[in-house]
Amino acid sequence: MTHAAKSRLSPITRRRLEVFRQNRRARFSLWLFLALFVISLGAELAANDKPLLMQYQGDWYVPVLIDYPDTEFGGFLPTPADYRDPFTRDAIEADGWMLWAPIPYAYDTLDMTLRHPAPSPPDGEHWLGTDDQGRDVLARVIYGFRLSVIFALVLTAGSMALGVLIGGVQGYFGGKIDLVGQRLTEIWSGLPVLFLLIILASMVEPNLWWLLGIMLLFSWLGLVDVVRAEFLRARNLEYVRAARAMGLPSRLIMWRHVLPNAMVATLTFIPFLFTGGITTLTALDFLGFGLPPGSPSLGELVAQGKNNLQAPWLGITAFMTLSIMLSLLVFIGEGLRDAFDPRHIQHAATGTAPRIPHHA
Amino acid sequence: MPDDQPLLQLDALTIAFDGTPVVDALSLEVHRGETLALVGESGSGKSVSALGTLGLLPANASLTGGRRLDGLDLSGLSQRDWRRIRGGQVGFIFQEPMTSLNPLHNVGKQLGEVLRLHQGLTGQAARRRSHELLERVRLPRATELLDAWPHQLSGGQRQRVMIAMAIANNPRLLVADEPTTALDVTVQREILALLAELRDEREMGMLFITHDLNLVRHHADRVCVMHQGRVQETGTVSDVFNAPQSPYTRTLLDAEPSGRPAPVTTRPALIEAHGIGVSFQRPKRLFQRRPPAFEAVKPLDLHVAPGETLGIVGESGSGKSTLAQALLRLVPSRGSLEFDGTRLDQLHGGALRRQRRRFQVVFQDPFGSLSPRMPVSDIISEGLRFHYPELGADEVERRINDTLKEVGLPEGCASRYPHEFSGGQRQRIAVARAIIMAPELVVLDEPTSALDRSVQAQLVNLLRELQRRRGISYLFISHDLAVVRAMAHRILVLKDGEVVESGDCLDVLERPTSAYTKALVEAAGLRERS
Repeated sequence: MTHAAKSRLSPITRRRLEVFRQNRRARFSLWLFLALFVISLGAELAANDKPLLMQYQGDWYVPVLIDYPDTEFGGFLPTPADYRDPFTRDAIEADGWMLWAPIPYAYDTLDMTLRHPAPSPPDGEHWLGTDDQGRDVLARVIYGFRLSVIFALVLTAGSMALGVLIGGVQGYFGGKIDLVGQRLTEIWSGLPVLFLLIILASMVEPNLWWLLGIMLLFSWLGLVDVVRAEFLRARNLEYVRAARAMGLPSRLIMWRHVLPNAMVATLTFIPFLFTGGITTLTALDFLGFGLPPGSPSLGELVAQGKNNLQAPWLGITAFMTLSIMLSLLVFIGEGLRDAFDPRHIQHAATGTAPRIPHHA
Repeated sequence: MPDDQPLLQLDALTIAFDGTPVVDALSLEVHRGETLALVGESGSGKSVSALGTLGLLPANASLTGGRRLDGLDLSGLSQRDWRRIRGGQVGFIFQEPMTSLNPLHNVGKQLGEVLRLHQGLTGQAARRRSHELLERVRLPRATELLDAWPHQLSGGQRQRVMIAMAIANNPRLLVADEPTTALDVTVQREILALLAELRDEREMGMLFITHDLNLVRHHADRVCVMHQGRVQETGTVSDVFNAPQSPYTRTLLDAEPSGRPAPVTTRPALIEAHGIGVSFQRPKRLFQRRPPAFEAVKPLDLHVAPGETLGIVGESGSGKSTLAQALLRLVPSRGSLEFDGTRLDQLHGGALRRQRRRFQVVFQDPFGSLSPRMPVSDIISEGLRFHYPELGADEVERRINDTLKEVGLPEGCASRYPHEFSGGQRQRIAVARAIIMAPELVVLDEPTSALDRSVQAQLVNLLRELQRRRGISYLFISHDLAVVRAMAHRILVLKDGEVVESGDCLDVLERPTSAYTKALVEAAGLRERS
C-alpha cells in the first residue's frame, strides 16, 4: 500500500465536500443537528436530579458519576441519597454547597412540589411544563432526543450492513442467485411489519434491543434494490472485468471496486433511513407497543399530548421537537444527495472546460 | 465551382470557456457544392467551432469574430431567428447514431416534427414527405421504417435517418460532425457516398468534421487542419496531402502506425484452443419453446506461440471481444483450452485465479478500464499485492516505479488519479497493470481504437518494444487494419462468429481470398508499406 496516496482525500471526495459546503441550508442544518446531538449526548450534565459536583464537610463528591448512600449525609438508610429530598438538601447545604445541572430534573424525576396539578404549565421552574405524571418535559425531550437518534443510528448502520451485503451479492453474482434472492426479499417485504412488531411486543417484554432487532429484520429491504442495481451495473464495467482477469477473488472485487461506486447511491439513502427509523420508533411508542413504560420517548410525549388536550404545551413540544429534528435531517439529506449527484458536481466545477467527446 | 460569395464564412472566430481559449482566430469559407473537411485530433476544437458557428455553445463560453451564412451576419441574431436557421437552412448530423435519435418516438414522428416546425406540414402530407425522404437516403422498406423505433434500426440505418432529418428542409449548409466514426468501415463508405451525392444534387455546402485523414482524402474537396484551436493549414485536398506545408500536418500524415513486429521462430504453442465456442441462451417466452441459443463464437481453433502476436480482425458484432473473453475464461465457453500445458477449461476457483497472473488483458476504453477511485499505484499493484503477498512495501513500490518507467510514464504519477491523465497515458497505465505481473500472454482488446492516430502509433511502438524485450505473446483484437498490420504476425478474420480467413498477416492483407476480407481491406484504404 502506498502511503502518500492514502493520506489525502481523493479529488472526487474533495469536490463533493465543496458542493456540500456551498449548500448553506444543508451546512447549517448539519451543524445545528450536531450541536443538538452533542448536547443530548451530555444529557446527564444538562438535566439531572443529582448535583453535578458538591462539597460536604470539606470532602468533594461527584454524584453524577458515583452513587453515595444516604448515610454519608446524615441520613439513616443505606440506599442511594435523594438529593432533592429537603432533609438531605438542608443537611448538605448547611455544611457545603451543591452545583446543579441547568435543569435539575432527570427524565424520570417526579416533582413532588408542584403548585399546580400535573400536567402543570410552563413556568420558571419547568421551562416546558410537566407531563401528567409531574415529570419535567424539557428533561424528557433531551433524553428522548438522544434515545431516538442513537436508536436510528444503530438501526441505519445495521440496515446498511445487511442491505449492502444482500443487495451486493444479488447484484454481483446475478443469475439464479439474483432471481431466488429477489423473490425471497419480495416475500419478506410482504410481511406486515407493524403487526409483527405489535404481536412480538405482546410476546416478549419490549426493550430497546428487541425493537432494534425486529426493525432491523425489515429496514434493510429498501436498500437492497438500490445496491443491487448499482452492483448489476458495475459488474460489467471494464475495470471490474480487468480485476477479474487479474485473478482477484470476488469478495475483494466487490469490496475494492464495486462497493465504492455503489456507496454513492447508498449514502444518499442514509438520511431517509434515519428519519424512517425515528418515525417508526415514535409511532410505536405512541401506540404503546414501543419502549417500556417510563422510558424517555418522544412517542409517549405525543400520546400524552393527545390525551391531555387541556395541556397544549405537551402536544406543541412534541410536535416542534419531531418536526425540527426531521426537517434538519431531511435538509442534510438533500445536501448529501446534491453533493453526490454528478451533475451538480459538474456545475460546481465550471473551472474546467467541458470534456470534448473523444472520437472512437 | 465556387462562386463569389461563400456560403459560410468565418472570420477570426475565437471561442473561450471561462476565459480559457479553445479556438483561436479560426477563419474559413465553405462554398456551395463543396465539402470542406475540418480535421484535427480530439481536443483540437473542431466540434466546438461548428457548435459555435451555430450558436449552440453552453453558457460559460464566450465567442468573438465574424460569422456569415449566405451573406447574413449571424452574430446578434435573436433566438427566434436562430431556430429558423438551425434545421432549416443548416442541417446537422452528429457522431453518435445510438443516442441522437429519441428512443421514445418512432422514426416517422421524429421526421414529421422537423417538417412541421419548419414547413408547417402535418398529417398525411408530412408522412408522404417523410416517406420520400427515407427513400431518398436509400433506406429499404421505407413504409415500414416510418413506424419503426430507433432501437430496431442498425447504426448505419439510424445514421441514414439522421441524414434524412438533416436534409428534410433543403438546407443550404450541412454540418456533419464525425458522421461515420461510430460505424463499421464498410458502412462508412456507403454513408459518405450518399452524403456526396446529396450534396451534388442539392448544391449544398458541407462542413465535414473528422479526425480520419483517410476519409478526407477520398471524400472532401478542401481541407482545413486544426491543432489545439489553431488552423495549421488550409487548401485543396491534393495540395495538402501531396505537399503539406505545416509540420503538424506532416506528422499527422505520417502518424499511421508503420513497421512490423519482430519475427518469431515457431516454437510449441503457448496457448492452444480447440473447438472453442461461446453461445448465449435466449430468453424463453411463456408457453413457447426456448429459441435456439445465439452462437456468438462458433467453434474454432487457434494457437499462439511465445513472443507471437495473433491479430483478430472483424467488424462490430463479429464476436471478437467475446472470443477474447472466452480465452481469458471470463465467459463460459465450450471446447478445450490449453495454456502452457495446463487445461484452463478444467480449472475453477482458486486454481484458475492462480493461473490468471500469467495471462492479462488491456481493454478498449481508457476512461472506463481504470477505477476512478484508486490512485495509479494502487491500480497497477493490485494484482501484484494479491498474487505475491510475500513482497514487502518497498519491493512493491520499486516494481511500480520500474513498470511505470517501462511504459514511458513520467515519474511521480504513481500517487495521482486516472482522471488526471490523457487517453493515451491511461492506456499506458492499463498496459502497466497488465505487465507488472510478468504475464506470458496479454490480450489487447481494441487498445488503440479510442486514441488519436499519433498516440496510436506511440502505443503500438511501446507494445512492440515490450514484446521484443519480454517475449510476451499478444492476442491483438482490432477493426483497424493499419494497426493490425503493424502489430500482428498472423491474423484471423472473424465475421458473425466464424473464421472467414486466417494466415500470415501480410499475406492476408495483400492477397485476401474471401470477399469479406477484400471489402475490409479496400474500405480501410491501407497505404502502401514504406
